[in-house]
Amino acid sequence: MIKVKGLVKKYKSGTLELAVLKGLDLEVKKGEFLSITGRSGSGKSTLLYQLGLLDEPNAGEIIINDQDISKLDSTERSRFRLNELGYIFQDYALVPELTAFENVFVPLLMQGLEKKDAENQAVNAMQKVGLSEKLKNLPSQLSGGEQQRVSIARAIGHNPKILFADEPTANLDSETAETVLKTFLDLHREGQTIVMVTHEPEYAALTDRIVLLLDGTIGSDKRNH
Amino acid sequence: MAKTQKSNSSGIENLVRVGFFLAVRQVKRSNIWTNVLIVSIMTLTFLNLVIVSGILVGLIEGAVTAVKSHYLGDIFISNLKNKSYIEQSSQIIKAAQNLPSVEAVAARYIETGKVESDYKENKKRVTDLDESVGTSIVGIDPKAEDIVTGLSGLVIEGDYLEENDYDRVLVGAMLLKKYLDFDSPTFPVLQKVEIGDKIQVTIGENVREVIVKGITRSKVDEIDRRIFFVDKQLRGLIGRNDYNVDEIVLRLAPKTDPISVKNALIGNGFDQFARIQTQEDAEPKFIKDMKQTFALLGNIISSIGLVVAAITIFIVIFVNAITRRKFIGILKGIGIHPKAIEMAYVFQSVFYALMGTAIGTFLVFGVIKPYLDKNPINFPFSDGILVATASGTAIRIAVLLIATFIAGLIPARMVVKQNTLDSILGR
Repeated sequence: MIKVKGLVKKYKSGTLELAVLKGLDLEVKKGEFLSITGRSGSGKSTLLYQLGLLDEPNAGEIIINDQDISKLDSTERSRFRLNELGYIFQDYALVPELTAFENVFVPLLMQGLEKKDAENQAVNAMQKVGLSEKLKNLPSQLSGGEQQRVSIARAIGHNPKILFADEPTANLDSETAETVLKTFLDLHREGQTIVMVTHEPEYAALTDRIVLLLDGTIGSDKRNH
Repeated sequence: MAKTQKSNSSGIENLVRVGFFLAVRQVKRSNIWTNVLIVSIMTLTFLNLVIVSGILVGLIEGAVTAVKSHYLGDIFISNLKNKSYIEQSSQIIKAAQNLPSVEAVAARYIETGKVESDYKENKKRVTDLDESVGTSIVGIDPKAEDIVTGLSGLVIEGDYLEENDYDRVLVGAMLLKKYLDFDSPTFPVLQKVEIGDKIQVTIGENVREVIVKGITRSKVDEIDRRIFFVDKQLRGLIGRNDYNVDEIVLRLAPKTDPISVKNALIGNGFDQFARIQTQEDAEPKFIKDMKQTFALLGNIISSIGLVVAAITIFIVIFVNAITRRKFIGILKGIGIHPKAIEMAYVFQSVFYALMGTAIGTFLVFGVIKPYLDKNPINFPFSDGILVATASGTAIRIAVLLIATFIAGLIPARMVVKQNTLDSILGR
């Protein structure tokens, strides 16, 4: 499903150039729940940004579903993100002036769905994350865990092929974090491909496979049983 | 569940749909006082656009209206340059009265003369300059003149003339010191004249002692520097026994094209005996020049107002977009097309402009204009009104909306164009 070959990402800071990803190769199979771990600065989030098309690598190839996405222009990348990918941010990243329902509804509307269909799909996604009672709440009226579940609902609302999650439990207490993890596991059981960045070993242990990044390269790639 | 794709996700219809959806939510969920403030700014900008230029044009329009109402009428007939009066006056008056679109006709006899107050004292003085004023002496039919020019309404002291008044006159306010409070050799004035006082009028060899019955004031210099007699008496004084007059003024029925009436009179050959002009033709040149000058000034000020409006909207939208930079990044991150986000900001700015213009239009046409029509601003040389036509205002609204559209789009594009990840991470 995802094939990454020789991925390089460098950042410039004044005259200095810092390589964060140094020729990384990776493959993710359909339906796999992969966790990417590593210390701060190891390049976990940077890798996710490249895979999730939020950033462009300096070199290398990213092939998703046999499509080389590194060759897409910005409009095509935007459309690809909209139709094929779901993204969950560490800080939930909900739009504050939209209700929980509207946060989920907007990408569906953008896909060009009929309003009624988009509404039904958004409600279904909210039901899936157990928030059908909070449709009309603004993000400010929700707890951190609820906001993150809205963020998940937004990411899965359009049935994406791959779900990317960037440290989705980092801002949550352990009880809420487990609820969120349970949601991911439920989605995975339904066949959802998930790539999650986490620094929590116990959450990584719940996934199919753990990729440990060390200084921009893959340090280890273990499969859980 | 069967899903139906309404449209291409990046098709214009879908971009508008999503942009509108986002704009409505942003406006609805913004702080109410922020919205009130922005709409107030847009209302004031609109008022600045319409009222400042409208008052400037209205200032001169007030003067034009006064000249038309109190002096020239709709059609102004005067003597030819080489004649001292209008020949065939009676026929012209009769022909004008027979035209269906002519509502009223007033004829005036005019002679230059001299008027003096305290003339008995003056005889003892070495110089009598201060109490002797050269002016136009006008003979009118009080009823006809009142119908055409509303002269009775201009009497600010004393009473209006009646048909049988003899040796009684109306005196223009600009001939009196009490109403023209400055000393100028161009405008000599009579020092102490009150209602009931006797003044001496000299026309050629004829000298009459008359009583001041009323004082008129109109902000039209030609009227305010005249002495009015009843026509019968003046005709005798100047020996105009052929009934030929010096000015004929016509008041036309509403919506009558004055050019058609002018052409009808010319068609009868009366232009051989008189100069026949519409009010616009007869307007003094300085008024025409001032009209153009004030219209130009109004346009310049409107243009400045428009630039101010555009900058205001630019700042409002820029601040709005820059403070939401992270969320713009998130929207892009989840696949919302940048153009839809830009449209959301354009819709917001157009919404604010529409609200501002709607409130502004109500204030202009519902409050300010009716008020100023009833209570004109008392400028020294005119009763200033607000000139705001529906078509002129519509053009200003259209221009304001276009300016707002551009002023909303540019800052939105500036922010939306920024790198998605940098926006999300606040870098």
